[in-house]
Parts: sequence; C-alpha cells; structure tokens
Amino acid sequence: MSLQLDFPAVLERWPSFLAGAVLTLELAAFATVLGALLGTLAAVGRGTHNALIAGACKAYVETIRNTPLLVQIFLVYFGLASLGLKFSAFAVAVAALTINVGAYTAEIMRAGFEAIPRGQIEAAEGLALSRLQIYWHIILLPAVEKVYPALTSQFVLLMLASSVCSQISAEELTAVANYIQSDTYRAFETYIIVAVLYVILSLVMRAGFWGLGLVLFPRRRRLGTPL
Amino acid sequence: MQQNSSSEPIVSLRNVQKSFGPLRVLDGVSFAVERGEVLALIGRSGSGKSTALRCIDRFEKVDGGEIVVCGHRVDRPDVDLRALRQDVGIVFQSYNLFPHLTIEQNITLAPCAVKGMATAQARDLARKVLAQVGLEEKLHAYPEQLSGGQQQRAAIARSLAMQPKVMLFDEVTSALDPELTAEVLKVIEQLAADGMTMVMVTHEMGFAKGIADRIVFMHRGKVHETGPASILTSPTTPELTQFVGTGNLKS
Repeated sequence: MSLQLDFPAVLERWPSFLAGAVLTLELAAFATVLGALLGTLAAVGRGTHNALIAGACKAYVETIRNTPLLVQIFLVYFGLASLGLKFSAFAVAVAALTINVGAYTAEIMRAGFEAIPRGQIEAAEGLALSRLQIYWHIILLPAVEKVYPALTSQFVLLMLASSVCSQISAEELTAVANYIQSDTYRAFETYIIVAVLYVILSLVMRAGFWGLGLVLFPRRRRLGTPL
Repeated sequence: MQQNSSSEPIVSLRNVQKSFGPLRVLDGVSFAVERGEVLALIGRSGSGKSTALRCIDRFEKVDGGEIVVCGHRVDRPDVDLRALRQDVGIVFQSYNLFPHLTIEQNITLAPCAVKGMATAQARDLARKVLAQVGLEEKLHAYPEQLSGGQQQRAAIARSLAMQPKVMLFDEVTSALDPELTAEVLKVIEQLAADGMTMVMVTHEMGFAKGIADRIVFMHRGKVHETGPASILTSPTTPELTQFVGTGNLKS
C-alpha cells in the first residue's frame, strides 16, 4: 500500500480555491455583522418586561440552538423558493447563517448584559440618562468586552460551519473543493489544501477581531490588560 | 411640574410608607430639607435610612405618603424621572464610576447626552468640577487607576457636573479606610460650605455632628428624633441614647 500525493495537479486550480476562500470570508463577514446585530437585539428583547417580545426572542433562540444548521439552511432555501421568492445562493446562505449565529450571539450577549453590575445602571439613571442612552453608553460596550472571547470564537465557528452552504451550491470554499476533487480525482490532496485554507481564514479572522478589540476597548490598550 | 418658591423645602417627605414584602422598612417617615441645609440620616443598619434616601430619587417606589423634591411629586407614578434626576445628584457607597470611560468621559457623558452640552464646554466643566474635588490631574485616567477615595471624589464630581439642586450621599465612605474617608469628607465639607443642599446617610457620627444642620435619627422605619447636632450629645429617646451610647460617637 503506498500513498501517492499529487499536489501540483490540484494546486493548478488555485484561482478557484482563492475565489472560494474569498466567498467564505464574505459569507462570514456579512453573517457576523448581521448576526451580531440580530443577536444583540434578541438579547435585549429577552430582557424586556414585555412578555410577548421576551417570549418571541426566547422561542427564536431555543429553536435555532436545537436544530441543525443544514436543516435551517434548507428551510430558508426551500421556504423562500416555495413562496416564489428568488434569491441568489449567496443571499440565502447569508440569511441562514445570520439567523443561526444570531441565536448563539443572543445567549452570549445575554450573559454579558447580566454581568453588568446593577449599580452601574443606577448611577446612569441617577444622572438622568434615558434607557436607550444607558444601553448605548453604559451597558453595551462593557457587556461586549466581558464576552468578547466567547463572541469571537462563535464567529470563527460560524465561518467554519459555512462549509455546509456548499449544499445549496453557494460557491464557497468547500463547494469549490467538491468540484475540484470530482474533476481531478485527487480528493485527499484537495481537502488537505482546503483544511489549510480554513486554518488561514480562521487566523485572519482572529487577527481581525484582535485589532477590532484594540479599537473597541481603548482602556485595555492603555492599561495593557489582555482580553 | 410646578416651580417651588424659595420658601418651600427642597425635599419633603410626609408619612412615607414602604414595605419589601412583609417587611415594613418605612413606617410613616416625615422630614424636610430646606435650601442650603445639610441633613444627616443616622441609625442602625436596617433602620430604613438608606431606603428613605433612595425614595427621594425614586430608586424605590413608595407604597404611601407624599414626597416632593424640587417641585416634583416623586410619589406619583407619572413623575418625570429624568427631570427629577437632573435636579437631584446621588452618590453611592460603591462609587459606580463607568469602568470603560476615562474620568473626563465619566463626567462629560451626562451633561452632553442629557443636557445637550457642547463637548468643549463639557470638558471645561469636567476640569472645573475635578478641581473642586482636588483631582484635576486624573482627567484622563481610568477609574481602576484611582484609589477608592479618589474614585469616590470623582463620582462626586460627576454628580456635580449636572449642577443638581440637592445632593444625596448614600454611605459614601463606608467602603473606605479612615485616611481615604477623611479626604472624601473634606470634599463634602467644602460643598456644604459652598451652600449645597445635601442629604446624607452616614455612619460617621463625628462627621455628622460637625457638618449637619440637622440630624434625623431613624429606628425600625420610623423617625425617632430630629434636631440640631446637639441631639447626639443629649438624646431624649431611649433608642437614640442607646445608639449613641454604643460607641458610635467617638472621634
């Protein structure tokens, strides 16, 4: 039994790999930004006194966290199709990933909100700040700071999980790999390259979040406290 | 919102009732604070003094009675909370500075966000109020870089920047050692000398005696004795006699 690896045969398809990697990163970027917004709103909603809103947010979070991502993607994909709505595979993938990561973000952000001491909010109320101003100036950033490592890990996981979007023929990295291996019959080499590319994408995202942290949390930068 | 004439008290509580579940913490509390007056609320832990103070700024809702603060009917459900809290400054035992903001940002936040003050003007104001508490050099520091006493003085400055008509102090030195307590008390003394109307809950009997125009002694949710600082040396009720007799009146 001998193992023969022929990387050049696969690597000559590098423009396809690159395009796939870029699309994966784009998917992750859109879903991260939109999912962070959706998740934060859901976390705020879950904390409100309005039982209807809180219940709806809880139902959303629990439904998503207890169903597989691939099923969610199919539900969005075929759901929109059966309503007669036509979207690109990319748009469907972004929507499904956003809905998915939004639920996990909501749970993480809820932990962050709950970690803000009551005294902080009382102090802000005592200064006559409005509820919205308190959320914006006093709660949001310290809450994000407290859960930043968990939050960023979740977004990196999302990028890795976006590989299942190959199932609805979004031309991301794994989908590209599937084409290439069926063209070249070099499956092992193809997926080794894809694995390396995913590692690189992860590192790129982590570096990005590290840089973003420096901008978001100037106190950490000034005082040299690691995140 | 009616304007209070100068003859009316800044703060008045009339027969205020408040329970936490079955526990009656305020049982018909009445007192008033005139303009420029310093009133000290004293009593044992659990006597209801902190709750009474928090009712003034409506951090607690009362079950009955009447509270009027700078013309705001605080006991009514329709009170304009944000208007009330622009007139009332409150300082807490645990400082509660915003950890992610510099001292300057802690101070300028509310004047800018609530009063719409221009940034440059708010920064000048921050410098001014920090000078008042002797912390000009800490303008760009973060709260965690300050000692407890400095943090509490910065919290007082933050409150002053809103130019309140009355300031509430809720055991503001209870978390501090004697040396740091002294530097905070000095700041409060200066405020009193400048004519600020103040209500303070304190365990510093010596300080209360030195600074307060009037003492309100609370026991089990009731006001047991009210009067000038001299009531601490010649109490008339057995409760206050016992309270000052248990070593509370040293220093």
